[in-house]
Amino acid sequence: MRHLLDFRGWARTEVESLLDTARVMAEVLERPVKKVPALQGFTVATVFFEPSTRTRLSFELAARRMSADVVSFAAQTSSLQKGESYKDTLLTLEAMGVDAYVIRADAAGVPHQAARWVKGVVVNGGDGRRAHPTQALLDAYTLLEALGSLEGKKIAIVGDLLHSRVARSNVELLPLLGAEVWGAGPPTLLPQGLPGARLTSRLEEALAEADAVMVLRLQKERMEAGLIHLQDYIAHYQVTEARLKKAKPGAPLLHPGPMNRDVELEGTLADSARSLVNRQVHNGVAVRMAVLYHLLVGRER
Amino acid sequence: MRFKAELLNAEEMRRALHRIAHEIVEAGKGVEGLALVGIHTRGIPLAERLARYIREFEGKEVPVGLLDITLYRDDLSEIGLRPQVRQTRIPFEITDKAVVLVDDVLYTGRTARAALDALMDLGRPRRIYLAVLIDRGHRELPIRADFVGKNVPTARSEVVKVKLQEVDGEDRVELWEREAL
Repeated sequence: MRHLLDFRGWARTEVESLLDTARVMAEVLERPVKKVPALQGFTVATVFFEPSTRTRLSFELAARRMSADVVSFAAQTSSLQKGESYKDTLLTLEAMGVDAYVIRADAAGVPHQAARWVKGVVVNGGDGRRAHPTQALLDAYTLLEALGSLEGKKIAIVGDLLHSRVARSNVELLPLLGAEVWGAGPPTLLPQGLPGARLTSRLEEALAEADAVMVLRLQKERMEAGLIHLQDYIAHYQVTEARLKKAKPGAPLLHPGPMNRDVELEGTLADSARSLVNRQVHNGVAVRMAVLYHLLVGRER
Repeated sequence: MRFKAELLNAEEMRRALHRIAHEIVEAGKGVEGLALVGIHTRGIPLAERLARYIREFEGKEVPVGLLDITLYRDDLSEIGLRPQVRQTRIPFEITDKAVVLVDDVLYTGRTARAALDALMDLGRPRRIYLAVLIDRGHRELPIRADFVGKNVPTARSEVVKVKLQEVDGEDRVELWEREAL
């Protein structure tokens, strides 16, 4: 792969190879010295045109764990405020010798555009509602850790699918590994179509015999637009202990964060043994190390 | 490539490894605090065989680990390929142990250097030895092996192929000539 923008055109073997590398990186993170020299000499820039905590920190840690130099760009404290364009910002970084750009943007397509502007590699760190491929990779990694294999496994993705780039990337990725993906949410928060997933507004249908449940953040800021009433959502779509009885016993729970406790997910469940939320964050570093390794090592400089 | 010579047959390989196993025990004055670490790919079965021989004549188990040095290669950021990274698994504490790194061929010394770096990140061994089945010369770094199955003077244009039962279905070491393009 030249860049990681989304999973269009990806083969199962490519995903598996990347996840195999992530397993090796996970072992590196267990060592007394959690650092290898693999990316010595490379410079990685995290270019976040939209705020983020975990994705940016996770990428920066991943790059540092492999001895890359890291520069961090945040829109709020940059010349963007003086009217500099995204393109000029990226070309400035390129002139400073950056090799890889991890780009987060609130508008869909910015990383794709960036890949045309810069010579280095581009990793999509989340763009608009479109894609968040490294989140999907760490979700897949965490699911594989919990379930062993995704072949024929039913994964239910619950909540605001309409606005979720995480859901879109998971719907592209998980079927590549053999999973059957269901999406459930209120009709106003379901997209018109989502190839790769079976959509339903009946939560019980998606949860029935599910091997794992991925709960999405309910984007409260959008509730004012009248897409749904918060209390109605909680009443019908909150993932609760009682509703989870429809899923397979002990089915693990995932959430990409940040989490609205007692809104999309019952607070006690978030802290329960079946919650893999912290595991997802933990695995994120190893998965992003694997992504940077696959993109940077061996490319022409 | 053109086949030139057989450097070791199965029996000669067995004898060479037997001798190395004895030398390791001799150098360590026993097997107390000893551990073997095989370097991917063919160093691993070789380390397992050495551990088996040591068990046969000393009656004691020596732990065996496996080490992948890919992430420590000094040419990773320059070469036009992305080597597959494999598992490192050393399920024992190496600090204060006498660790024997095991590989099939010692050539430039760069793999051994990477292995030393990787090992140091995993703990602080009391002593590190290097055991190789074939030393073919052409060192680029000041590294030498402590235990050698066979020293083979080679030309740079030649290729040493180590074949092991566990990986290749037979035990044999061959010398090949890389044909001019």
